[in-house]
Amino acid sequence: MTMIRVENLKKSFGNLEVIKDMSTVVEEKEVICVIGPSGSGKSTFLRCLNRLEEITGGHVYIEGVDITNPKVDINQIRQDVGMVFQQFNLFPHKSVLENVILAPMKVKKSDRKASEQKAYELLDKVGLREKAKAYPGELSGGQKQRVAIARALAMDPKIMLFDEPTSALDPEMVGDVLDVMKQLAREGMTMVVVTHEMGFAAEMGDRVLFIDGGYIVEENVPKELFGNPQHERTKAFLSKVL
Amino acid sequence: MQRAGVRCIFLCKGDRCMDTIVNAFPYLMEGLQVTLYIFAIAIVFGFLIGLVVALFRLAPLKILNWIAKIFVDAIRGTPFIVQLFFIYFGLNSLDFISLDSTTAGIVTVAINAGAYFSEIIRAGIQSIDKGQTEAARSLGLNSTQNMRYVILPQAFRRMLPTITNQAIISLKDTSLLSVIGVADLTQEGRIQASATFDAFNVYLILGIIYFVVIYLLSMLASFVERKFVLR
Ligand SMILES: Nc1ncnc2c1ncn2[C@@H]1O[C@H](COP(=O)(O)OP(=O)(O)OP(=O)(O)O)[C@@H](O)[C@H]1O
Ligand SMILES: [Mg+2]
Repeated sequence: MTMIRVENLKKSFGNLEVIKDMSTVVEEKEVICVIGPSGSGKSTFLRCLNRLEEITGGHVYIEGVDITNPKVDINQIRQDVGMVFQQFNLFPHKSVLENVILAPMKVKKSDRKASEQKAYELLDKVGLREKAKAYPGELSGGQKQRVAIARALAMDPKIMLFDEPTSALDPEMVGDVLDVMKQLAREGMTMVVVTHEMGFAAEMGDRVLFIDGGYIVEENVPKELFGNPQHERTKAFLSKVL
Repeated sequence: MQRAGVRCIFLCKGDRCMDTIVNAFPYLMEGLQVTLYIFAIAIVFGFLIGLVVALFRLAPLKILNWIAKIFVDAIRGTPFIVQLFFIYFGLNSLDFISLDSTTAGIVTVAINAGAYFSEIIRAGIQSIDKGQTEAARSLGLNSTQNMRYVILPQAFRRMLPTITNQAIISLKDTSLLSVIGVADLTQEGRIQASATFDAFNVYLILGIIYFVVIYLLSMLASFVERKFVLR
């Protein structure tokens, strides 16, 4: 089943054309990694997938629904599309547990008991049950990011978007977060991951998209894209980061 | 003979001085009740006005932005006493409006505080990182839920000191209501000053009462602040 279909996506900020023409398809349970130079529009691409950015042109279909259609209830769509940010964006005035149960309770209107039970399961999954009562300010970066993942998972999303989830972390914390993501991928979550972790892309990616200059320059299985890049720009980029 | 009291410093041992205090104090306390009553109502409405105007100011609709901006500019650009006269004398001169002085006073303080509150609240909302809204919206919260559960609680903690400041200013503004005859603390002070022929001590006590009330108000605010300290 096709989870995401991007057709001729365009996105400009004023005169700046960040995404010129991008099309791709993400099937159920696929893990897609997005790589590319800084400022090439990776975050913008990802943010178009849940309409955090207003889309300038083209279409994005989430489970067949065209989210560029203004009549679509985007809040409904977003419940199915979890997002994890580079800067975590936990709610600092709420405890870890409250962070996780907020959306289930307010958006899905599920009762507190069920929400908390689910939250504890998810915190178990990311290894942070004992931090349930802590506040984000009391956590390390790696712990914050794992809470952010639990928070997104609490809505039972069918798709998870990750925007450089490990880029703001100290090196020793990266592994914990990647482990959680790998487990998620193995469980069959459909994932789109913007990352600088080429190791993760190579190991977990079903496909890798290389973005540059407003286009998806190259799209392939990791073995091919990393081992046998077809485009000069891909080669140049990879030679810098590998 | 009457002049003796003037030379008498507050809390001195002189009979006249104690007389003044004993005679005037009950009246001043009645005035204080009126002041606190007016303040409490005006500050609650002022806050609600401020919240609505701030949301208008930040709304995606241009017309709402303009309404909010004109309102805030008009209030900030005119003296409080002129606003008070406009509402009490100006509006009352219209056939279909009749406000007693207390109501006019409450309305003026509420509107005046509302304009200043709205600027404080707007700045508070804008000071919250955009990532908070993005996280909330990506979880499926609509913009109202985002405001209510994510942005405003954080913004209010940050705004509390400035809000307290404005509340204190508004409390002091209520003393101007005596001009239109509201029987507030200042008005009672004026009456007692002439009734006792001891303006020095009465106004001294008056000042001390305001000071104590404002001091308690700031204590309450810093208690609340500590209780809800942003982690
Ligand atoms: N809200 C915005 N307004 C104006 N320009 C923006 C906005 N967001 C992004 N841009 C611009 O769009 C371009 C792409 O930004 P984007 O954040 O998508 O890049 P990126 O590939 O994620 O980079 P990085 O690897 O540094 O995160 C950049 O030139 C950036 O300055
Ligand atoms: Mg980015």
